[in-house]
Amino acid sequence: MSGLGRRLSTFLYRRPRLALSLLLAFPLLGFAVFYLGSLSALVLQSFFHLDGFTGQVVRRLTLATYGDLLTRANLDIVARTVVMAALVTVAAATLAFPLAYSMARYASPRMKALLYLAVLLPLWSSYLVRVYSWKLILAKEGVLGWVIDAVGLGWALERLLALPVIGGPSLSVSPMGTFLAFLYVWLPYMILPVAAALERIPDTLLEASSDLGAHPWTTFRHVTLPLALPGLAAGSIFTFSLTLGDFVVPGTLGNSALFIGQAVLAHQGTAGNVPLAAAFTAVPMAVMGVYLLAVRRLGAFDAL
Amino acid sequence: MSGSVPAVRLTRVSRRFGDVRAVDEVSLDIEDGEFFSMLGPSGSGKTTCLRLIAGFEEPSTGKIELHGVEAAGLPPYERDVNTVFQDYALFPHMSVEENVGYGLMIRRVPRAERERRVQEMLDLVRLPGVGGRRPAQLSGGQRQRVALARALINHPRVLLLDEPLGALDLKLREQMQVELKAIQQRVGITFVYVTHDQEEALAMSDRLAVFCEGRVEQVGTPAEVYERPATAFVADFVGVSNVVVGLLAETLTGSPRPFSIRPEKIRMLEAGAAVPDGQCAVEGRVQDAVYLGSHTRYVIDVERAAPFTVIEQNRDATAMTRPGRAVRLAWSADHHRSLVER
Amino acid sequence: MPSETRGRRVPLALTLAAGGTLAFLHAPFLVIALYTLTTEDASFRFPPPGLTLRWFAVAWERPDIWRALFLSLRVATVATAVALVLGTLAALGVHRSRFFGRETVSFLLLLPIALPGIVTGIALRSAMSLLGVPFSFWTVVVAHATFCVVVVYNNVLARLRRTSWSQVEASMDLGASAFQTFRHVLGPHIGTALVAGGMLAFALSFDEIIVTTFTAGQQETLPIWIFSQLTKPRQRPVTNVVALFVILATAGPILLAHRLTQGRSGVMGSGK
Repeated sequence: MSGLGRRLSTFLYRRPRLALSLLLAFPLLGFAVFYLGSLSALVLQSFFHLDGFTGQVVRRLTLATYGDLLTRANLDIVARTVVMAALVTVAAATLAFPLAYSMARYASPRMKALLYLAVLLPLWSSYLVRVYSWKLILAKEGVLGWVIDAVGLGWALERLLALPVIGGPSLSVSPMGTFLAFLYVWLPYMILPVAAALERIPDTLLEASSDLGAHPWTTFRHVTLPLALPGLAAGSIFTFSLTLGDFVVPGTLGNSALFIGQAVLAHQGTAGNVPLAAAFTAVPMAVMGVYLLAVRRLGAFDAL
Repeated sequence: MSGSVPAVRLTRVSRRFGDVRAVDEVSLDIEDGEFFSMLGPSGSGKTTCLRLIAGFEEPSTGKIELHGVEAAGLPPYERDVNTVFQDYALFPHMSVEENVGYGLMIRRVPRAERERRVQEMLDLVRLPGVGGRRPAQLSGGQRQRVALARALINHPRVLLLDEPLGALDLKLREQMQVELKAIQQRVGITFVYVTHDQEEALAMSDRLAVFCEGRVEQVGTPAEVYERPATAFVADFVGVSNVVVGLLAETLTGSPRPFSIRPEKIRMLEAGAAVPDGQCAVEGRVQDAVYLGSHTRYVIDVERAAPFTVIEQNRDATAMTRPGRAVRLAWSADHHRSLVER
Repeated sequence: MPSETRGRRVPLALTLAAGGTLAFLHAPFLVIALYTLTTEDASFRFPPPGLTLRWFAVAWERPDIWRALFLSLRVATVATAVALVLGTLAALGVHRSRFFGRETVSFLLLLPIALPGIVTGIALRSAMSLLGVPFSFWTVVVAHATFCVVVVYNNVLARLRRTSWSQVEASMDLGASAFQTFRHVLGPHIGTALVAGGMLAFALSFDEIIVTTFTAGQQETLPIWIFSQLTKPRQRPVTNVVALFVILATAGPILLAHRLTQGRSGVMGSGK
């Protein structure tokens, strides 16, 4: 047995290119066929069109499906999703910053390791369960409602929920609730790059700034914040892109106003309108493409 | 040396990496049982040559023979050659005993015999009793010996050593040089030793090859290479040399051909002192004097020529010629070495 | 002074803000745990009217939960097994050879994690619709395998980069063939990376919902089961029991994988 092994090993040793091909053949083949092939199918499908009468997908190249995207209802969906993504990104950046700052600049090494773990743990836990938990928390009769009543702010919550676009019957069935849940699930994705970027700022820079007469807040505004920008940009890539494509959060906590992810899911489901679903998917991809180009200049790629 | 079949024969071996010729038409014979060094600066191709002999690389052109048998296409595990790596390459997840016995384990040598031979080898490299430890728990010098034991235990016909002493401090290095040489003579295996330290090569080798930019500039015994350097590079790399060219060369020898003269062959006399018959002399001024304990190294400015380096033994603890003094340098023309420019 | 702040007294406002964020991140787990114990079965009333352990027993008796659990386990096992083999082969190939298009291959192998799950999901769905492939166990496995392979590939590649290759050469020099070298020298080195990558892949697959929704059809993995329960107002605490189980089942392996790769960042892959 070992004789055969040695002979095979020598055979391959003399033919390094063959050995390499053998190593990579299975993974790359599988990858090319299943993954890249599927991506091509996706693009292809977006140029097909679903015949309204027969319910069958017509396999002829056309721009009709993309035209369908441009209806009022669908554009609303896109706008709603993009706005939500932007709001979540801004809120995540604001909320993440104090924690990231403490982690990066104040924590002792042991504390820092613990804090990193504390931030990573929710990140690794089940995403679905984390979203689901907010259904419990935001329920009308749930924890948050109880706390708000307890501090006497029940009337404020009523007013908020009565607002036209963002309100709803309860926090757990409203765009506000959706927003809170998005913020919660993506927050670690913002904390980590920002903390990493802040950590990279050498102490000597801040010392120099104060040595030159700057007040701590001035140093923060002119030195720390600009240097943390790549981290913020990197984090924003995650929060933005993850929100654009998601259907679980709005499906769990939203109302009948659909987001892009839900539209994709709905169209490819019983309706069988895979072309339209594919075309819808092109939107977040295009938006992210533009966003990535814009954000690259802020040095986000170095901070990833 | 013994035997007519060389242990290693390289015939016009080249190894190209794209446009770069790491090894360029090298031809060498390494005799059975000798301690052979490959000496040269970083990037001169000596390590690549070693790897070609070991089988980690294949030559682009040329032929490699091990004890008369062509080695082309033979992977390292089919060659009767073992290597001591520069970073020792000990297996961290195995104990010292398991490391040393690895080659025997692969060859299915029974356990009892394997353990006996491992102990024997550890005794040879003077490391009895560390068998149970892991490489991480050993010092640099100890790891080096384990690597040596691991390579020797297979009784290879040729042992390759890739700058094995580079990571050790001076005292330890000198000690190991003596030990390695002793082991080689005791075991009788051909050693091929790669180093950039010319003192090391001169001290340990039976013969050595000087490498420069992928080519072998000279092969010979230490005395031959030092006393009769074939090229300007060898003259300068092996030991220090004064290279005399142009007008000065013509004045001293009657011919403009460049030659080299070793610093220790030059005597430093008072300015204007008498010079023995037949010797060359130049006038100069002391630019720098560096006290090195057993000897002093002087740099002497000479008119219309490169400064000379002169080494004088500090026989009298006192007098050291001070910078600024005018001196006369004298040496015998017998010590001239003609230089071939490449 | 902004400098020399390490370990020093932190401004109170900063501590409060940081602490608040941390609480925000972790409170929901406690909420779920709490709600597995409530006696109220149709709403999420707080404070819970009573505490009981009976929902755990109820969950135990539910066949649909068991079916979903077994499906999730089967999918995760197969996807991880495939990933371990293909990921290791790919990592070995990419690490050892300088070949034309190496950079492209490395980039391509990052896509399944870089692109949002919905893209992978709808891509596979498009392909299935184009080729007339019906939903099945294997469509789910393929979907999961795409990111599982990448996770294992990343872990093994990172470990290979930290392994000194001269040990492999030393092993071959001492008489071991390529296969023997893999068994005795290289294998032990990447062993823990394989375990870590495998556990990470398993956990990610077990928990995956987005891509699975597009390729599962009528089949229910555990996450799909949870998602479907959201519109059913009965026996809510049972859902919470399952949710709690999923948290514990996925956090454990991931923590272990973290320790095995000793917290070196960059190989965990952002979650899905």
